[in-house]
Amino acid sequence: MITYEDVTKIFGGGPDAVTALKDVSFEIKKGNLVIFLGPSGCGKTTLLRVTNRLLTLTRGSITVNGQDVMSADPVRLRQTMGYAIQQIGLFPNKTIADNISTVPRLLGWDRKRIQERTDELLAMVQLEPSAFRDRFPAELSGGQQQRIGVARCLAADPEILLMDEPFGAIDPINREEIQNEFLRLQRKLKKTIAFVTHDIHEAIKMGDKIAIFQDGKLVQYDKPETMLAQPKNQYIADFVGADRALKVLGLIRVEEVMDKHPPNVVKADTMADEALRLLEEKRFRHLVVLKRGKALGYVHPRQLKHESVSVAGLAVPYPVKVYADMALKDVMSYMLMHDMRVLAVMDEDGNFTGTVTYDQIQKRILEVYSGEDEEETAEKTK
Amino acid sequence: MEVWNYMINNAARCFALTLEHMWIVGVACTLAILIGVPIGVVITRNKSLASKVIGTANIFMTTPSIALFGIMIPILSPFGYGLGKVPAIVALVLYSQLPIIRNTYVAIMNVPPELVDAGKGLGMSSWRRLREIEIPLAIPVIIAGLRTAAVMSIGIAAIAAYIGAGGLGVLIQQGIGRSYAPMILAGAILVSVLAIFVDAFMAGLEYLVTPKGIKVGRRLRHG
Repeated sequence: MITYEDVTKIFGGGPDAVTALKDVSFEIKKGNLVIFLGPSGCGKTTLLRVTNRLLTLTRGSITVNGQDVMSADPVRLRQTMGYAIQQIGLFPNKTIADNISTVPRLLGWDRKRIQERTDELLAMVQLEPSAFRDRFPAELSGGQQQRIGVARCLAADPEILLMDEPFGAIDPINREEIQNEFLRLQRKLKKTIAFVTHDIHEAIKMGDKIAIFQDGKLVQYDKPETMLAQPKNQYIADFVGADRALKVLGLIRVEEVMDKHPPNVVKADTMADEALRLLEEKRFRHLVVLKRGKALGYVHPRQLKHESVSVAGLAVPYPVKVYADMALKDVMSYMLMHDMRVLAVMDEDGNFTGTVTYDQIQKRILEVYSGEDEEETAEKTK
Repeated sequence: MEVWNYMINNAARCFALTLEHMWIVGVACTLAILIGVPIGVVITRNKSLASKVIGTANIFMTTPSIALFGIMIPILSPFGYGLGKVPAIVALVLYSQLPIIRNTYVAIMNVPPELVDAGKGLGMSSWRRLREIEIPLAIPVIIAGLRTAAVMSIGIAAIAAYIGAGGLGVLIQQGIGRSYAPMILAGAILVSVLAIFVDAFMAGLEYLVTPKGIKVGRRLRHG
């Protein structure tokens, strides 16, 4: 956990003094990835650098896991936090293995432990240990170097990571990939992370919470969806962009809106006339056909008319596979492409777990925007 | 041909003087490294000191060598070292300071700032960064400075014969005194050959001390 209290940083003195941070107070909860967002010069990097005392704060206090950073030995303090930067800063005179094991070596681990940890980290960032450990940074591509930078900051398994645009130096395609990999890692490792970026897409994608800065002041500190739905002022609204409704869809998972026990479900051996009766009785628009827990497809009334077989033979298969952890943005895109208002959701084994509808998605967006969402009101009253 | 004959007939003396010359330069360069490199490193930690130190070293460098030898006489006479090898070595050490200090300073200052930032941020102490990153990356440039200093010292040491330091300058000085061209030429040729040889040796050393990772990078960049 990191607590910032009235953090103020002034560079220089007298008439030339520049206030880079002004009375910034907030808290990063244990296991959260918090984004420091804002344009250049807003103070986000300065805040990161006062956290591990690469810069000395002028006023206020920073507490990391209960310890005031100003009373800690700066070199020791930094060894307890991972540090990754945009320029990566791999040491060109050292092998990849030596680069990764920088902090373990500082901490005096024995050789065997360092070796094992290095290989483990290489595998963790999807690079084959035997192929990479003895090479030099100059031999690696930008994306590979960035992965090594991440591995290096994780090396001594610090609880806290400070990352300054760690994926900023690579092309968009590789960046997307390394972001996904990192998120997957973070779900497992649950580090407490301060992550600086100026990229709103990266912020929304990666952040548990986002802190937006302007001229050294913290303007808003909220969850990404709240930030998108209820920007505190015009500055933030401009920053998150005009397409923020669509960005919200990228944040909400299918499981949050799906109907887990839809009533319009029939077994595969149901006869067509019986199914038709059910549709008319309950005024369903269609039925999901299930066979041994898996969705075979769906049936409409017009397919059932004048048929005397079971629905199994009549069901139209769903054109796409939808999983509970997909973003609504993708589901919405499928719906538009295939002209469907309902899709069946399945788990990893292909078992039917519910349905997701266009109306549910729309309702959810409206909820987010009207601020009526229970979760968020709870957050605010806290 | 006369030069050849002179050198062959006086081979022992030529050899002894060459050794003496190398000894003067060798001692001076060793002392110069021991003084200059640490100074160069220290001033990277204190920028206001850096310009003063480099400015001072520059003064020694611009003083004509014969004048510097001259100044040495009154300064070192009270200690009984006004003439001979001691003032020569002191002067050569002073001369070598500029290339050594300046190269050390520039090389360390030119280590990319993101490497220093990464090292610092990961919790390396100032000393550790110096030892593991800054010095290894700077050492080829430091050696290049030393190369300049050594080659220059070989030339200047020849003039030190005028204050009785010995070395190959003796052949030139005596040759001039006797208006005996082969002797002058023998001294000049030997000094030049020595300089060329030392220069080549230092170039090899420069390559040897370049970290492997840097050489690999260079090779990849230049195909």
